[in-house]
Amino acid sequence: MTARAARTARTAGTDAAHAPDVPGEAVPGRAPGLLTATALHKSYGATPALAGADFSVAAGEIVAVMGPSGSGKSTLLHCLAGIVPPDGGSVRYAGRELSALPDTERSALRRSDFGFVFQFGQLVPELTCLENAALPLRLTGTRRREAERRAAEWLERLEVADVRHHRPGQVSGGQGQRVAVARALVGGPRVIFADEPTGALDSLNGERVMELLTAAARETGAAVVLVTHESRVAAYSDREIVVRDGIARDPLGPVPAAGGGTA
Amino acid sequence: MSISHALLGLLEAGPRHGYDLKRSYDERFGHDKPLHYGQVYATMSRLLKNGLVEVDGVESGEGPERKRYAITEAGVTDVAQWLRTPEKPEPYLQSVLYTKVVLALLSGRDAAALLDTQRAEHLRLMRELTRRKSGGDLADQLVCDHALFHLEADLRWLELTAARLDRLAARLGERAA
Repeated sequence: MTARAARTARTAGTDAAHAPDVPGEAVPGRAPGLLTATALHKSYGATPALAGADFSVAAGEIVAVMGPSGSGKSTLLHCLAGIVPPDGGSVRYAGRELSALPDTERSALRRSDFGFVFQFGQLVPELTCLENAALPLRLTGTRRREAERRAAEWLERLEVADVRHHRPGQVSGGQGQRVAVARALVGGPRVIFADEPTGALDSLNGERVMELLTAAARETGAAVVLVTHESRVAAYSDREIVVRDGIARDPLGPVPAAGGGTA
Repeated sequence: MSISHALLGLLEAGPRHGYDLKRSYDERFGHDKPLHYGQVYATMSRLLKNGLVEVDGVESGEGPERKRYAITEAGVTDVAQWLRTPEKPEPYLQSVLYTKVVLALLSGRDAAALLDTQRAEHLRLMRELTRRKSGGDLADQLVCDHALFHLEADLRWLELTAARLDRLAARLGERAA
């Protein structure tokens, strides 16, 4: 089976299992996308950060966004997650145009449907690990006891239950990052955005975080958009999107006509 | 991989039949390439001829070969010598990928597409090894990690080359002129 056929079969299966209720984007030859970028452009001042991103992420799919430093990977992730508005093009999530939503609605959508893991955890230093992991639920109105009960389950699952009453400054980098993964998962997100989630960890800790993150995503049916420049991290994904000079595309997508396919 | 040294090393634990040796080798080191019976018996004949193993006993029974082999003093010395000697690092100076990139550029074909296709193929194998590692024991993990680190090195070279294609094309153009 070719990589493309395997991918189509897998994503089709995932969609059937997890996303019958999601209005998807019709992409020829592909499973319908939960999250779709079309002709995405973004500049900071005169500097173009994104010069064309066209791809789709299906429900339950783990997609690595790869490329060298400064290629536009993080800008792409911020646009996909509705954190930064694009200058041109569109991001559609579950059939809705993100940039057309009012700020409050977009923020609410981010809290209810998206989870985030960053390179340096970005936990709130004044809160315990348990309170940090429970934060997304507290922000969407869940009562403290219930939020902390669910957060404790995820901390247990991510093998950091023993540090739940510690503050982020009192735990190791690997433990802090697992707390951050618990926080990303606690609200039952449809999409997890992970920006270099293992970038600050040694390889053993990094691998464990990736194993736990991808296993949890597969179990819950969450899609993962994984920004990384490390191929060993990207190997946990189902497929990769390559960003070069601000242009993001699926390498198994349409091959340029002239002179292509010589390898 | 020196199969004869690996088999000799396994014999240090005690005498074994050829079949047991093959099974033990396959379990520990075979992974995707189990030994053929022929390889085992040919290797044992050679080791026998060189005095590194001896026949410890012959049993009559089912199967083509029931000789039990034992390692000799000379065999133990040979294994010790092999373990002490560092393996020569691969020089990696003859690269098929580099040759393909140069030929693509010289013939005006799309070298970037070639590199992209290769990256996808490398990542496909890395995914397979990562899955195998996740479900495997420590031995699987170490063997897969060895392969993953080498593939990662190739991928880093692919990225670096992709970023330098214009310069390489210009240099090749100068030489051709």
